[in-house]
Amino acid sequence: MEEMKQLVVISGKGGTGKTVISAALATLARKKVLADCDVDAANLYLLLHPEIQEEYTFSGGKKARVDVDKCTGCGNCLEVCRFSAISGGENGKIAIDPISCEGCGVCSLICPVEAILMENTVSGKWFVSSTKYGPFVHARLGIGEENSGKLVTAVRKKAKEIAERNALDFVIVDGPPGIGCPVIASLSGTDLALVVTEPTLSGIHDMERVIRVAAHFRTQAACCINKFDLNLRMTGTIEEWCRANSVPVVGKIPFEEAVVQSMVQGIPVTEFGVNGASQEIKNMWLRLNSLLCSGG
Amino acid sequence: MILSVASGKGGTGKTTIAVSLALSLCKEKPVQFLDCDVEEPNAHFFLKPHLVSNCPVSIPVPEVNEEKCTYCGKCAEVCAYHAIAVLKDTVLVFPEICHGCGGCGLLCPEKAIKEKGQRIGIIELGSSTGIEFIHGKLDIGQAMSPPLVREIKRNIDSTRLVIIDAPPGTSCPMVEAVKGSDFSLLVTEPTPFGLNDLRLSVEILREMNIPVGVVINRAGIGDIGVEAYCREENLPLLMTLPFDREIAVAYSEGIPLVEAKPAYKEKFLELYTKVQEWKK
Repeated sequence: MEEMKQLVVISGKGGTGKTVISAALATLARKKVLADCDVDAANLYLLLHPEIQEEYTFSGGKKARVDVDKCTGCGNCLEVCRFSAISGGENGKIAIDPISCEGCGVCSLICPVEAILMENTVSGKWFVSSTKYGPFVHARLGIGEENSGKLVTAVRKKAKEIAERNALDFVIVDGPPGIGCPVIASLSGTDLALVVTEPTLSGIHDMERVIRVAAHFRTQAACCINKFDLNLRMTGTIEEWCRANSVPVVGKIPFEEAVVQSMVQGIPVTEFGVNGASQEIKNMWLRLNSLLCSGG
Repeated sequence: MILSVASGKGGTGKTTIAVSLALSLCKEKPVQFLDCDVEEPNAHFFLKPHLVSNCPVSIPVPEVNEEKCTYCGKCAEVCAYHAIAVLKDTVLVFPEICHGCGGCGLLCPEKAIKEKGQRIGIIELGSSTGIEFIHGKLDIGQAMSPPLVREIKRNIDSTRLVIIDAPPGTSCPMVEAVKGSDFSLLVTEPTPFGLNDLRLSVEILREMNIPVGVVINRAGIGDIGVEAYCREENLPLLMTLPFDREIAVAYSEGIPLVEAKPAYKEKFLELYTKVQEWKK
């Protein structure tokens, strides 16, 4: 392989099997680094059992805090805050709701008595770990924090750096659900987006939207239909849509109890005895490999 | 009452529970249904609302009048998001990362910055069997969903029972959706992933002082970790839905649970009664 390739696993809809598939790919790909970019509900560690080697704190932004001794209660800040984070507090002073504050700092800038301080928040932690399957970069976003996109970017940057330093072939990114900020941060600049869907109306709709996001950011997409045998008619609809939109369907994974059982035991499904799901994931990896190596 | 249905992990059954509650209760009381998962809204597949109006949503982003601008750089200095950059003889605005705080315009000494709307999505309003329905759709390529969620929630009709279908996760879109709820139902599945993400959502809702109850969906597929956790944390386990392939198939076709299995209506009425008790 000439240069390192980045594969991101996304889905639009949550709970379609991104993490189970990412963990399985971790057991199949050679020379790779893994990254869990679903930073606000990270699960990949439950299957990879990382040993943490390095730990970093992440400060994604600031939050306003009022110094009540200085506050005169003039209310100028109330008028400029667009996030409804400031309200009248006790004793004619103001109160700031840290959960609503988006850290723009406008209140602090216009306060006539410098009573509002902008403080760095520790909004998460991220880790470089070793696993049986190779290096793993993962994170934990602080409770209710902003800037999950920035934390995703930090995780991806480190993963890429590890891959380059060690001349690895792949960065495998387990992405978040949805189509918003953390998805865009997980997707941008990758070589291929594996979109995991399920044969349900919601699954199809959400897959279409996330594939359009991938196209918007010029990332090639491939589709994997998980639990395809749950509704063969819907599976047919997905295949038709993919054909019409030149998205290759690289895997159709059967609905099997072994998948949940392996997750309960904390083992990637491909290492959980012989089962049809892992056989299909192995075949899918071969197809993904050739898509990635053909230059995407 | 404002009742939000949330979960850390995606795909646990939020929409199934929210829709079934709405359909079970709509004969008893006026219900308003807000689908706040604006990145991937799905409730309309099940409620099949008749949509009567829509409203594009934009956030204010700066527009620089280069005739007045002296390139002093104040706007770039005050922007906490690096969404505006001043070069020697031009100003660059990056609307996709702008939060619309208005700081640059407010603090520009030359009054050279006006705001214009940058569309981020659309909200659609309608009704379905007496249920007032509103959802939002984030435009493809847009990063920020919270302003769209806020816009949906401006339509809250507090004379009705308001059911909010929240997005997955524990970060800003989810926080925006559940904010102001009187009670939050956390839907999970009995697996280590479900438990991990349930813990995170319980932490955040506690921080927000919103009372919570747990619903276990697909009971029987995994382990007993979630139940043990609920006992340890004194969390009310308000409902358990068994894993049932027929339910999964009905879901895949867009058929609400209580339509596929009408016997469940009773269980959802009970669930609502329990919510009212625990809310106190």
